Amino acid sequence: MKRYDLIIVGAGPSGLSAAIEAAKRGIEVIVFDENEKPGGQLFKQIHKFFGSKEHRAKVRGFVIGEQLLEEADKLGVKVELNSTVIGLYQDKEVVVKKDDKVTHYKADAIIIATGAAENMVTFPGWTLPGVIGAGAAQTMMNLHGVKPGKKILMLGSGNVGLVVSFQLMQCGCDVVALVDAAPRVGGYGVHAAKVARTGVPFYLSHTIVKAEGEECVTGVTIAEVDSSFKFIEGTEKHFDVDTICLAVGLSPMSQLLKMAGCKMEDNPKRGGQVPICDEHGSTSIPGIFVAGDVSGIEEASSAMIEGRMAGITAAEFLGYIQKDEMGTELENLDKALDGLRQGMFAPSNRGKLIEKTDEGIEVSESLLKKGYVSDDEIERFPGVTHKKGIHPVIECTQNIPCNPCQDACVKKCISIGSNITSLPIVVEDGDCINCGMCVASCSGQAIFLVDEDCGDGTATVTLPYEFLPLPSEGDKGIALGRDGKKVCEATVVSVKSAKAFDKTHLLTMRVPKEYAMKARFYKEAE
Amino acid sequence: MNAVNDRTRDIGPFVEGPDDDMLICRCEEITKGEIRRAVHDGMWTMTEIRRYLRTGMGLCQGQTCAKLVKGIVARELGISPAELEPATSRVPMRPIEMHIFANEAKEGEEYED
Repeated sequence: MKRYDLIIVGAGPSGLSAAIEAAKRGIEVIVFDENEKPGGQLFKQIHKFFGSKEHRAKVRGFVIGEQLLEEADKLGVKVELNSTVIGLYQDKEVVVKKDDKVTHYKADAIIIATGAAENMVTFPGWTLPGVIGAGAAQTMMNLHGVKPGKKILMLGSGNVGLVVSFQLMQCGCDVVALVDAAPRVGGYGVHAAKVARTGVPFYLSHTIVKAEGEECVTGVTIAEVDSSFKFIEGTEKHFDVDTICLAVGLSPMSQLLKMAGCKMEDNPKRGGQVPICDEHGSTSIPGIFVAGDVSGIEEASSAMIEGRMAGITAAEFLGYIQKDEMGTELENLDKALDGLRQGMFAPSNRGKLIEKTDEGIEVSESLLKKGYVSDDEIERFPGVTHKKGIHPVIECTQNIPCNPCQDACVKKCISIGSNITSLPIVVEDGDCINCGMCVASCSGQAIFLVDEDCGDGTATVTLPYEFLPLPSEGDKGIALGRDGKKVCEATVVSVKSAKAFDKTHLLTMRVPKEYAMKARFYKEAE
Repeated sequence: MNAVNDRTRDIGPFVEGPDDDMLICRCEEITKGEIRRAVHDGMWTMTEIRRYLRTGMGLCQGQTCAKLVKGIVARELGISPAELEPATSRVPMRPIEMHIFANEAKEGEEYED
């Protein structure tokens, strides 16, 4: 039986982070993952991440995955792929299936970082081919280059539903509707807004009545639900679709911990069956640690910090570092994690209705119900100001932990301050040079550069654009409003691409000046 | 005694539902009606349901349906799903062919570089 100091199960963001911290301290560590590629969900994430510099904000998920792998590789971490951990026995015996053999390993410490699995919901027809999980859609598109369908309905308005809807459109699918039984959009407003402005209608307080089709999905009917989630008769709406995508939450894959005898609890706030553990991942069994979604559903940035915590805690448990060194390191990580857990979407705010931002500004009702901030609400936010010449308009209206825009502007036109969840403000005497870095650096695609009056009756709006093929200079099309509806004709002035923009192209369009504060997306004329 | 252990509790008669024929466990092809009926047959824990119907014992090992089955059983018992102990987790965690399960690597034969 092969012995290791530390065995980690799962090579996703938390498992790799844990491996890195452990290996840094001289521990011989091996990571098992059942998939053929490491990185967990990271390699499916093609969008820019939120957070601060330390959390690798504005870096795309798959790039973070590459960075983690490289770091782990340099430190000599062994990652065994196609290796399924099928059992965790007493005294930290790990049974691994690889190819046509099972092998027993023994470790002095184990970190379980197995992540989570997608939830499903049932409705007549839910077993028809064409009903897929949002994660499956991401796997098809972003790992295998396969288009999941042509016309798609998305159920779920959490960040997964919103992000995947956008990615589906990027891959050329037509997202016909975004549906959620909840009365309010669950994910970040900026993610919702970038989907809504392309013209996808949001149906909140709606859910699927049935999927239609004999052999596979050919349509779907949704209907409005009342406050006790019962269908309201007469509100049915039909859509012709070939795919129904479900983004209805995740459940921790915690079976190995239960099998090992860790004390477990059913905690709906953390997504289901989770181990009882302390804030740094120690379970009820000494030497067994957890990190990432398996101990409570959050997201990749916090999973990476939790992984580091577990790696350091395991290193102390194994005697590779002293308690005081662990204390200092954990303190820093506590602060980082705390920073990510602030704002309106903090775990402690889950399920609460927040009516005002930290600044005391009323939140946008329209954003929560329809996915976009309405024209009459947008002016109340501090990032939306008016002045002569080109200036940034920041349509960031919720307190989320994110601040790359502040660093992006060399002219210091944008300020968030020391509190990472504060709404960005446009500095009054800032001298915008139209470099576009703020537009490209906003992970929420919520920053626009606007020249409200070019002097000839027109205005220009520069917006982040991540669709292919790119329009070209001189193209004539239509400008869509925040609600995704046509506001006016538009002409493409320029499309800028630069390495520093990291594949977010900057499309500048010319519109009649009265639409300067309304036109927020460009669409080719049909 | 909790609501699951108190078998003297009256949960009322089985009432047919409009969606009883909906598949819940796809691997073993078990319907919602079968699960609901099993509760009225006296299967009040996830372990009992699993042994009685084989829900969650197919190819995906309950990855898809475990939560759904739990919800249905809990509703039938009139309790919160959180009160129901999930079924036992045991080796093998993932479906595995018997010839592989029996093919234990010997000392010195492990997959090492």
